[in-house]
Amino acid sequence: MTDLILYNVSNGLIIGAFYVLMALGLSLILNLSGVINFAHGGFLALGGYFAYTLAPYIGFWGALLVSPLLVALLGLILERTMIHRLYGRDPLYSLLLTFGLAFIFEDVTRAVWGATGLPFTVPDFLTKPLSSQFFFVTGYRLFMIAVVAIAVGGLFLFLRFSRLGVRIRAGTFDLDTVSTLGVNVKMLRSFNFALGIFLAGLAGVLAGGQLSLEPTMGANLLMPSFVAIIVGGVGSLPGTLLGGLLIGVAAGLTAVFWPAASDAVIYVMMAVVLLLRPRGLLGEEGLLT
Amino acid sequence: MTPTIDRSKYVTLGVIWLLLLTMPYWLPMVGGYMALGTRVVIMGLAAMSLNFLLGFTGVLSFGHAAFFGLGAYGTGLALKYFTHSTPLALVLGVLLGGIAGAVLGALIVRRRGVYFAMVTIAFGQVFYFIAFRWNSLTGGDDGLRGFERQPIDFGVWQADILHRPILFYYFVLLLFAIGTGAMGFLLRSPFGRTLLAIRENERRARFLGVPIEQHIWLSFSLSCFFVALAGGMYALLNNFADPTMLNYTQSGEIVIMIVLGGIRSFWGPLIGAAIFVVLQDYLSSLTTNWMSFLGTIFVLMVLFFPRGVLGLNWTEMFRSVLGRSRQTRPQEGGNLS
Repeated sequence: MTDLILYNVSNGLIIGAFYVLMALGLSLILNLSGVINFAHGGFLALGGYFAYTLAPYIGFWGALLVSPLLVALLGLILERTMIHRLYGRDPLYSLLLTFGLAFIFEDVTRAVWGATGLPFTVPDFLTKPLSSQFFFVTGYRLFMIAVVAIAVGGLFLFLRFSRLGVRIRAGTFDLDTVSTLGVNVKMLRSFNFALGIFLAGLAGVLAGGQLSLEPTMGANLLMPSFVAIIVGGVGSLPGTLLGGLLIGVAAGLTAVFWPAASDAVIYVMMAVVLLLRPRGLLGEEGLLT
Repeated sequence: MTPTIDRSKYVTLGVIWLLLLTMPYWLPMVGGYMALGTRVVIMGLAAMSLNFLLGFTGVLSFGHAAFFGLGAYGTGLALKYFTHSTPLALVLGVLLGGIAGAVLGALIVRRRGVYFAMVTIAFGQVFYFIAFRWNSLTGGDDGLRGFERQPIDFGVWQADILHRPILFYYFVLLLFAIGTGAMGFLLRSPFGRTLLAIRENERRARFLGVPIEQHIWLSFSLSCFFVALAGGMYALLNNFADPTMLNYTQSGEIVIMIVLGGIRSFWGPLIGAAIFVVLQDYLSSLTTNWMSFLGTIFVLMVLFFPRGVLGLNWTEMFRSVLGRSRQTRPQEGGNLS
């Protein structure tokens, strides 16, 4: 029983780590630009598929870095050509635009790489179980957690200490003032958007090694990421981190006792949070409410 | 929406109802079929119901498919297990969707804007997962089968809506008329005027003593009841309900119908639904990549055509062509917020 629980908690942590990467990217974009990026899952899937295609040429490690950068570049192009036009307009329009983009992404991915799942091979030394009793602790899982930890740690350090990062955080609270102080808000938002997409791409490569590559893999992670943001508190990145891990573990634990409910339990958590603490666990009152 | 309806409104109203009432006769001539026409009317009601909330209260719900789907499943399950009466099943479906909406609405009514949209999307997915996972009751991924709409007995005459599509169309049209009539009536009442006031300036409405949360909750719940009615009829149309009806992509489709037709107009969503349903039917018969086309339409729509077909204000264009004087309409223009 303990093994089973540990197994599912570790599963939950892994899934939670994907939620975190995905939700942090979504949060960054939502906080600074007020855009709910429905296409985020599409970017994630593209990240995985790019890595799949690139890996034979530049190896797993190359793909791990290059693929998210490519996806971020694509995100930057789309932001510059379309999405930036909708800043400051009713959120309805950016929602519909990214929703349409998500449709296109899914369809294009399906047309190019096929609808059936593709296996994405990771280096051998990462796939071996590390212990015979806890067979589920493979190197890849630890590796994934490490990459996510580095990415998230790097992001928080960047936001805390770099000038650009401080501006992004300031823009979350008051973009007008940031603009008045002479910061190029247009560039800031573009960079921020690309940064968010980079995280999605990274999550896509990692997810490709763990789950298999499917056109809908990103869309399936999108809703839990929303929940992670709401549970953690809209506007708070540490909240998003906490929310992602919490709902991952909660879903993992529920899978032990009542597998059919493991999808729904995160929504119950969201309902409870909204009832007891409407701004989310670490959210601040008044932001985007 | 002015209390005194001007003449052009009568003309619009007349044309719309004439087209709807005679649809079974002209539809086959232009290459349509009865089920397609019925689907247009049903989705039109769904889009108009959501627009009651989105266009006339200014609150963005991106999770209305949940209540649409609950209406469908409620109706289907009632027909399968409880009753042989189509109207009773429909009532049960509407109650299921509407009450679920009212309960959820109470939970989220204080959220606004993007936040409200996100919470509605996420909560909508709960019902999707329930329908998807509860195999024994809902049939899971395969959808709910094993029910049929039943003939309606009027004593002297039995309306066989099952075997005569045209009768089913008129049955749907009757409920559509009741639904849209009720919404039109509500919007012209003091309650509806207050909703418009909230949409235009929530803070001012609050200072005037309007209980904002209560009004938004009522508007949300009413809109859920109407969209559940549309969902129930959709289940009756296909004698089938499947989980994708509750998915957020379905919500997105309903929203795009509204925007396609014109968000600030009462009948716009019906036109948007007609365009969308026909286009989807056509594209999916033409190509397997219809999702790309649909997505492209979304994108182009938002970028170049955000006010929709009726948002273009045809009457004024028509009038200016004829050289008549322009009329300003207060509820047109301005940003949504």
